[in-house]
Amino acid sequence: MARVKGKTALVTGAASGIGRSIAVMLAQEGAEVIVADLNEAVGQEVADEINSSGGKAYFQKLDVTSEAQWAQAFSALTERCGKLDILVNNAGVTERGNTENISFSDWKAVIDVNLHGVFLGTQAAIRMMKSAGGGSIINIASIEGMIGDADLSAYTASKGGVRTFTKSSALLCAREGYKIRINSINPGVIRTALLDAHLANFEDPEPEYQRLASKHPIGFLGAPEDVAYGVLYLASDESVFVTGSELVIDGGYTAQ
Amino acid sequence: MGRVAGKVALVTGAASGIGAASSILLIKEGAKVVLCDIDIERGEALASKLGSNALFVPLDVSQEAQWIAAIETLLSHFGKLDILVNNAGVVVIANVENTTEEAWRFVHSVGTDGTFFGSKHGIGAMRRSGGGSIINMSSVSAIGGYPYVFAYSASKGAIRAMTKSVAVHCAQKHYGIRCNSIHPSGIATPMILKRRDIAEAAGHNTEDQLPSELKGLGTPEDVANMVLYLASDESKFVNGAEFVIDNAATIIEGKIPG
Repeated sequence: MARVKGKTALVTGAASGIGRSIAVMLAQEGAEVIVADLNEAVGQEVADEINSSGGKAYFQKLDVTSEAQWAQAFSALTERCGKLDILVNNAGVTERGNTENISFSDWKAVIDVNLHGVFLGTQAAIRMMKSAGGGSIINIASIEGMIGDADLSAYTASKGGVRTFTKSSALLCAREGYKIRINSINPGVIRTALLDAHLANFEDPEPEYQRLASKHPIGFLGAPEDVAYGVLYLASDESVFVTGSELVIDGGYTAQ
Repeated sequence: MGRVAGKVALVTGAASGIGAASSILLIKEGAKVVLCDIDIERGEALASKLGSNALFVPLDVSQEAQWIAAIETLLSHFGKLDILVNNAGVVVIANVENTTEEAWRFVHSVGTDGTFFGSKHGIGAMRRSGGGSIINMSSVSAIGGYPYVFAYSASKGAIRAMTKSVAVHCAQKHYGIRCNSIHPSGIATPMILKRRDIAEAAGHNTEDQLPSELKGLGTPEDVANMVLYLASDESKFVNGAEFVIDNAATIIEGKIPG
């Protein structure tokens, strides 16, 4: 199967977790993938792994908060690939802290990556895609952008911003006839290396895993692939009528 | 290898539009499909075209006894039920002031009652085979205000809420059954095209009321692709969620036509 054959995709935060899974899946389904991340060593490994298993990928060092680095990444991909069909704004950070105690600098650090990074990527991609006949931009938000979480003040604000920014940008592209679709995905808790590190803090991680899983009616936590399949759908032409919309992949968390 | 290889599906309203496109795609991706509809002629013609992995079973979704019989037929032919697409629906063009009791009950008998009976008996069959995926066809009219399809909106809103109730119930019972809804707008199906003709004939300003339909209609295949995703194991962490396929129709600035 090759559901995104011949397309070029840039995935941010692609060195690990959900981003890595997205990059690998898009490559398996026929896309050339730009593995963008801050972490050079691990990001390069992901690109190598894709190339050695018959796919096509290269690593691009990218700090999503830097407009200059976005410009560099786009000029590199223009030279190497000639076009961009798919942008996955996946890079994100989290900082535990509630509204009373989070410092302004911690707040700004979260907003900088999660919201400003998505804006910079989307703006750069629209400029490129509109003259190349269109594309699909996929922003990874979170169920924490739909509901509140007392201990994730900045994170919930940033992800709520990503959801509505997505709709605003989708309407712009539709109105202007750019043929660029923009959608978001709201995952629940996904079992990534970051989560495993959190679980490793517990002498017996099982009760903590069960506590988190029990918040999801389906009874287990998601895997990175669960999100990657949603990205694949939105990246492919299967979703040509879908824009300004969102996929909730949360095991029923927000259905309750 | 198909994306739903080895699975067995039941699709209601399968003789035309989104139901037909979903049945065709599910079979193409490896499923066996029982196509259900009240239009026996079209349903049988489509099933015979699709070959041995398709079976047509007449079904009026508003009749519980017919549901029980249809699922028995499905189980005796294909042995199990993995995917249920509650797609059958009808629309009546009328607002809250001029909707008749008859029209109200008719729309609900197909949409609301049909989805209830399907879910109830579909869960029964799916439990026996260890799980499954129920996909309910709702509408953007369950989300925004659509005055000229009052009963339809109410029914689609009920389907939206039923979906979440069923999803959480099945999760709490550990049935391994997921339940999600799809909310299309502006899809070129026989039902919608007829609706547009009626609306225009009645002098409604469809440019204001049906924005996406004038900006370019989607196709039944656009919805079928989402049915396929929700039917497949690709969406195993997706439960109680809703998917809007509307070319941004629901997020466009509100208009209240005079």
